[in-house]
Amino acid sequence: MNITDFFYYRFIIRALIAGSFIALICSILGVLLVLRRLSLIGDGLAHVTFGSVALGLLIRHHPIYVSLPIIMASSLGILKLTEKTKLYGDAAIGIVSSLGIASGVLIASIAGGFNIDLFSYLFGNILAISNSEVLISISLSMIILFIISFFYNEYFSATFDEEFAMVSGVNTKRINSILVLMTGLTVVLAMRIVGIMLTSALLIFPAVTALQIAKGFKNALIISSIIAIFSVIVGTYISFIINLPTGATIVMVNFVIFIFIFLFKNVF
Amino acid sequence: MQMSILNVKDLSFRYNKIEVLNNISFYVNSGDYIGLVGPNGSGKTTLIKIILGILKPNRGTVLLFGVNPLNFKDRHLIGYLPQRTHFNLYFPATVKEVISSGLFLKKKRVKNIDRFIDEIINEAMKLMDLVEIKNILISELSGGQLQRVLVARAIVNEPDLLILDEPTTALDPETRERFFQTLQELNKIKNTTIILVTHDIGSIGKYASKLLYIDKSIIFYGSFEDFCASKDMGSYFGEFAQHLICHRH
Repeated sequence: MNITDFFYYRFIIRALIAGSFIALICSILGVLLVLRRLSLIGDGLAHVTFGSVALGLLIRHHPIYVSLPIIMASSLGILKLTEKTKLYGDAAIGIVSSLGIASGVLIASIAGGFNIDLFSYLFGNILAISNSEVLISISLSMIILFIISFFYNEYFSATFDEEFAMVSGVNTKRINSILVLMTGLTVVLAMRIVGIMLTSALLIFPAVTALQIAKGFKNALIISSIIAIFSVIVGTYISFIINLPTGATIVMVNFVIFIFIFLFKNVF
Repeated sequence: MQMSILNVKDLSFRYNKIEVLNNISFYVNSGDYIGLVGPNGSGKTTLIKIILGILKPNRGTVLLFGVNPLNFKDRHLIGYLPQRTHFNLYFPATVKEVISSGLFLKKKRVKNIDRFIDEIINEAMKLMDLVEIKNILISELSGGQLQRVLVARAIVNEPDLLILDEPTTALDPETRERFFQTLQELNKIKNTTIILVTHDIGSIGKYASKLLYIDKSIIFYGSFEDFCASKDMGSYFGEFAQHLICHRH
């Protein structure tokens, strides 16, 4: 199959459009999260999504609509646990994450019979994305991009030096809340692309790859975005021509880019 | 008549039932250059954090430009250099990006906004001798260069009150001397009020107009002339240190 055949199918176009938008916001949020040592928040929230998807299937509502409020509440919960109880961020993520997995297992066990549906959410199916899901992905991505652009200076300062940002009048609590809420929203959207199990890879890989070679903060955001979109396009193409699971292939493409840049920078 | 920029009255602060500050009262007028000194753990940084509204006192009042710091909105009036303990040294930012962050957070209210933003940033970089390295990542800088970047970030918006918490710790003697001269120029020419926390008593004695010595409570606050005239101070600083300060070596 050549490249023009690849773009012939509508479901491929839908997958590339939605995947690229989600990858773009994951890569930008990822840079902020990695630098704030909150990169595992995506992983923790993805585990909570397992519970919320199970709940959605149990009560026969679309899992995305059930997951959105639960994930938003959980992301704020992680933040508050970190702030109020003086827990380390990773411990707070661990608490919420294990609670999500335990809830999902319990609900799946009680309900029984929806294991196949749950499986598709665990590992994603970007090629099955509908037109409405493409529209939701584009709209929410645009909103998140607008928020990040609007608060760019605040995020720069608070991520680099939170105390200076506070003294300069940045409401660090508010922008931290907005950051974790945007992350929660993104995790729910990314679940259809790479699945619950691999969502955090979209947040972490492009960011850590970009941070190895970036020559400035804005530069890091741009490189991370390019890597993320490139990996979605190449990963989808490879998975399509040799019949591999798309989500996992996207993650492996990210890994290969990471290793290539790591070796290029540190060995050669 | 000089305007009072900061008024601290009967201030006390406890952390986990441990007394950090006790009954601190002093005021700072516009144009003052205060050297805030004291031994390790004497409460200097805590006092600064209360003044800036980062910490809330247990007792007493603080008025910053006539307003409680917890409700203070005119943040463009303040320049601040925190102690270097919190931030991420591997953050992928250039020298220019870090300095710009001191300006852009307050750009709507910065003075002389008619000047080009680049011109304002370049001026701060020139003052701290950073123009040559403006596009270098901060992770590639030496300790002294990084400190100069953070000072440039604190002064880029030409604040009315500049608070610097141990700014000279990573600087070599030559850079430190130039740094103190720059502060003096800001103080004399632009009438910037300065509060400088330091252990470098020798240098602060040479440049600052007043000395605030604390060790949980105020030991001394006043001009250097008064400090040098006081016989009690020798017992706190040691005769040699007092001699160094008072003879302005």
